[in-house]
Amino acid sequence: MTTTPEKAQHDQRTDLVTVTIDGVQTSVPKGTLVIRAAEQVGIQIPRFCDHPLLEPVGACRQCLVEVPDAGNGRGMPKPQASCTLPVAEGMVVSTQATSPVADKAQQGVMEFLLVNHPLDCPVCDKGGECPLQNQAMSNGRGESRFSGSGGVKRTYPKPINISANVLLDRERCVLCARCTRFSEQIAGDPFIALVERGALQQVGIYEKEPLQSYFSGNTIQICPVGALTSAEYRFRSRPFDLVSTPAVGEHDACGAAIRVDHRRGKVMRRLAGNDPEVNEEWITDKDRFGFAYTREQDRLTYPQVRDEDGSLRPASWPEAFAVAARGLERARAAGGVGVLPGGRLTAEDAFAYSSFARVALGTNDVDFRARPHSAEEADFLASTVVLGTPWDGGVSYADLETAPVVVLVGLEPEDEAGTIFLRLRKGVLHGTTRVVSVAPFATRGLEKLDGRLVPTAPGEEAAALAALVEQGEFGVDKHAVVLLGERLATSPGAFSAAAALAARTGARLAWVPRRAGDRGAVETGCLPGLLPGGRPVVDPAARVDAAAAWGVPTLPEAVGRDADAIVAAAAAGDLAGLVVGGVDPDDTADPAAFRAALAAASFVVALELRETDVTRAADVVLPVAPVCDKPGTFITWEGRPRPFAAVFADPRSLPDTRALAGIAEELGRPLGFRTPEQARTAMEQMGPWDGARPAAPQVPAAAPSPGEGLVLASWKQMLDDASLLDGDTYLAATARPPVARVAPSAHAALGDAVTLTGDRGTLTLPVVPTVGLMEGVVWVPARSAGGGVLADLASPGTRVTVRGAEL
Amino acid sequence: MSEISTLTPVLTDDWDAERSWTLETYEARGGYRALDVALGMEPPAVVEAVKASGLRGRGGAGFPTGMKWSFIPQDNPKPKYLVVNADESEPGTCKDTPLMMASPHLLVEGVIISSYAIRAHHAFIYIRGEILHVVRRVQKAVQEAYLAGHLGKDIHGSGYDLDVVVHTGAGAYICGEETALLEGLEGRRGQPRLRPPFPAVAGLYASPTVINNVESIASVPSIIGRGADWFASMGTEKSQGFGIFSLSGHVRRPGQYEAPLGITLRQLIDLAGGIREGHELKFWTPGGSSTPILTAEHLDVPLDFEGVAGAGSMLGTRALQVFDETTCVLRAVLRWTEFYKHESCGKCTPCREGTWWLVQTLARLEAGQGSPEDLDLLLDQCDNILGRSFCALGDGATSPISSSIQHFRDEYLAHLEHGGCPFDPAASTLFADAAVPATTGA
Repeated sequence: MTTTPEKAQHDQRTDLVTVTIDGVQTSVPKGTLVIRAAEQVGIQIPRFCDHPLLEPVGACRQCLVEVPDAGNGRGMPKPQASCTLPVAEGMVVSTQATSPVADKAQQGVMEFLLVNHPLDCPVCDKGGECPLQNQAMSNGRGESRFSGSGGVKRTYPKPINISANVLLDRERCVLCARCTRFSEQIAGDPFIALVERGALQQVGIYEKEPLQSYFSGNTIQICPVGALTSAEYRFRSRPFDLVSTPAVGEHDACGAAIRVDHRRGKVMRRLAGNDPEVNEEWITDKDRFGFAYTREQDRLTYPQVRDEDGSLRPASWPEAFAVAARGLERARAAGGVGVLPGGRLTAEDAFAYSSFARVALGTNDVDFRARPHSAEEADFLASTVVLGTPWDGGVSYADLETAPVVVLVGLEPEDEAGTIFLRLRKGVLHGTTRVVSVAPFATRGLEKLDGRLVPTAPGEEAAALAALVEQGEFGVDKHAVVLLGERLATSPGAFSAAAALAARTGARLAWVPRRAGDRGAVETGCLPGLLPGGRPVVDPAARVDAAAAWGVPTLPEAVGRDADAIVAAAAAGDLAGLVVGGVDPDDTADPAAFRAALAAASFVVALELRETDVTRAADVVLPVAPVCDKPGTFITWEGRPRPFAAVFADPRSLPDTRALAGIAEELGRPLGFRTPEQARTAMEQMGPWDGARPAAPQVPAAAPSPGEGLVLASWKQMLDDASLLDGDTYLAATARPPVARVAPSAHAALGDAVTLTGDRGTLTLPVVPTVGLMEGVVWVPARSAGGGVLADLASPGTRVTVRGAEL
Repeated sequence: MSEISTLTPVLTDDWDAERSWTLETYEARGGYRALDVALGMEPPAVVEAVKASGLRGRGGAGFPTGMKWSFIPQDNPKPKYLVVNADESEPGTCKDTPLMMASPHLLVEGVIISSYAIRAHHAFIYIRGEILHVVRRVQKAVQEAYLAGHLGKDIHGSGYDLDVVVHTGAGAYICGEETALLEGLEGRRGQPRLRPPFPAVAGLYASPTVINNVESIASVPSIIGRGADWFASMGTEKSQGFGIFSLSGHVRRPGQYEAPLGITLRQLIDLAGGIREGHELKFWTPGGSSTPILTAEHLDVPLDFEGVAGAGSMLGTRALQVFDETTCVLRAVLRWTEFYKHESCGKCTPCREGTWWLVQTLARLEAGQGSPEDLDLLLDQCDNILGRSFCALGDGATSPISSSIQHFRDEYLAHLEHGGCPFDPAASTLFADAAVPATTGA
């Protein structure tokens, strides 16, 4: 049963309306629907089509109530659907609790709903958590007069796929239109619709276009019966056998509340949690279905160390800690150790890496950015991003609904931050928010946001931002919000231009990274120039502050190497050791260089979930816990902490924090904490830096470099070849197929397939001519074909040649 | 009511004229002159005239037409629209179809005057898609009107512009419901809309919209041309004017009888030559299958909005389906119910599932397989549909059932005693009378 927590209750409401429901007087804001007002006084009216986040439709008629006084002294002659009836001053409402008329009306509707509903609850996924089942018991009759009188039900063949993920059992559908309204009103993917009429009305798709949506799983969750089921979960378990644990989505930086349903140590499914401040009741399909990666065959389940014969052999945790400590100590002496934690960590684990680098290894050579990055970006993070929260003026989800203008720069929210996309769409549909996108073409996502494109080739974002300020038509003023995507790190001057824009207009900036751990890593100082809590390495007072908190006499004074420099130094032999967390070499700025660095480094410690190129090259492999096996905190792009508890206790792996603490203790330089909880306490004790912050970067925009070929634009699609999506074939089948996008004129010249050639290799892809895509630009998805763009096509910021090809 | 003894052909006056549907005939008989009168008036004066005439909606509900027009917010910056509901689909109702066949220009002239009154510059005529011949007649009439300067820019030199679109439905009874009609007109599935907002505020394309029945709009030229007082002098106190009464079924001369409101069925049957030879009236619908049936005891009920309501039914569309004693009421009711099941749009539960169930219950009774308790079940099902559905379609579906059980409970029970229908279905057919002598002669 879905109810709305009235978050607006504490608002200063002057336009209150007083109504009496079942004899209880209550005052609710004008415009409140009777069904909501009843919730306020604890009266639950049965309902199916009603959903607080969807537009009222009044279709199921389950919520009929009697209205003896409409507020004008006259009663309403017929029972009214309380889900479409707004309150009026003085209105008197009698629900099923006090009105025989309402009670009979509801019982009658319930009986009708069951006329064509199969009695297959014992084998239905929804059985046990089914609003129809529950309300048939609370508001219906025990025996069926329909089947008693020999009635014949409408039948259909059992489920049909409306997408690879979502199955439709038409017999069970009560035609409440929640799924179709969600697809149209929330996701903006109206690929399902009600078709046919009468009792043969049904949810349908156009046969050539299934439900194509990154948010399709929400339709399953809001289905009030078992009509929509998940291909992955169907027949896997019964709700009453499941244990539910609240958690936080680990697939992006949005921090969506999720609910993990598990049975005997195994995740059976994941559902959206309800958090009005963050994701409301919606999550992406990635957060919902992408959890099988922890069960892959290549999961690491015990520590390993490199044997004398060169192979990896199993080891105990104490041995692995000792071997790692010895190796790192030697490497430290031989030039130093670089730390590459990756972007998927909890804030606690990130704090452990940050502490490990400074306290145990005595270095600032630490950088979480396992992707193309820049010094300008690091400066921007230190000056503008770190320490910002929704509670001290930072941009929040709520702001996305209310800001008159939201500018997206180098960010495709539908792919990279689904929760942001849905919030923006809500604001757009309410008519409060306009979206402007600085991008090479208007994506389907931007069209769904009714957004305006500022056509911008990759690398020219800085100039576009500077121009935006000059053009009043965009309305970029102090009420505007500018969301900056992580790929701006490859566009020189973009972050500087954004900072300048904010300084000049008062517009608020927010940095939206892709990974769940990115923001937490910034806050905890997994950067070469930044200590935890936003403390600049170059500030002596900040160093003293951090050293005191860590209980060490001094900290390294020099700004460390960033990830690219660590890779280069390791390859050159300047750094002898590497500590690598969850880093996929093919995500890094130069995958080949990264692999070369792994090979060149004399000693590598890998902390990983599953076997990768890093673990295969490592001297010590420590199996670390996936998010379901440890407590932790993700920090959203807003700076909002999203703590969660462990779902399981699995002894096969340890949190990164525990592993790093073990090595540090063997090194004789303990971190001062061992568990994520202790790390959180240590973080809180160190607290935020209250001293001076560095100035924003002032990197000039790079002049467009003319050259051969096309400028390559690219980002990761939500569903691609990411390793965290491994193991879910149904989800993978809903990924958008990889294509190359070119302007229609280029398509005419090139044909329906192209081979792109860059300095790292070639990719051959089908072509989609894209109206509005800038001439001279080609777009391909970053990790959907081959080893990905960075590994197999071109280095960031370079051009590619494109020629027609046969597929 | 004694003064009502003769027909009052106004809407039907031209029907017997040679090629009555042409512009030439219509103009020769005075057509498009009321338009000049109207264009000489201020739009609010036209609205006032229609108000003063007492014209009430002829589509069934009887809402005062002039008042509906005055609900259009003239300060709303959006365009105003007139939509003519010509989706005549109710079983038994057959007045708009012949009207548009015979006098399409009467409708077009009414559309122009009505649009002028509400300051609309676009009007739509939504015609039931199945009646293709009518669609062509109206399309042709609109074309003729354009060519003659009655439509388009600067009509009759008045400076008033109007465009008319003839739209055909796709075959759904529900599109006679005005908001479902608007959905269909906008290109979506025909399902009723949530109200409020009402069409007068946010109708077609979310703009102020008046939706009127064909007969209502076709009555407007005569009101303007001959005066509101002339119109109001006919009919009864609260149901003024005239209307087309469509007699069908077991009468000698079925057809359209245009008469003042308040005429009785007894008078109309007389005009139609009486009930079928050798038979007597058993039951009848006053306004189509959605209005509760009446019986011979209601022969003298004045057929106006109040009179029929007083008898427990509704005037509706004055579709008088007359059934004699050869007809099985259960059989008739089941056929109607099958219609509602087929036409339920599916949006709301009571109508969608209720009609599905009602048909099954009635079919079992007709086959003599039910039990007397099934009558109470039927009435309870009807009680759970009536007033619980999203729109009036569900309400209409219950009318024949509850009214027939009220009047003919024993006949229902006879099916159970008889183990099936006690009637000879052939006896109620038109060919029954013809067949009898043939059989005897053989």
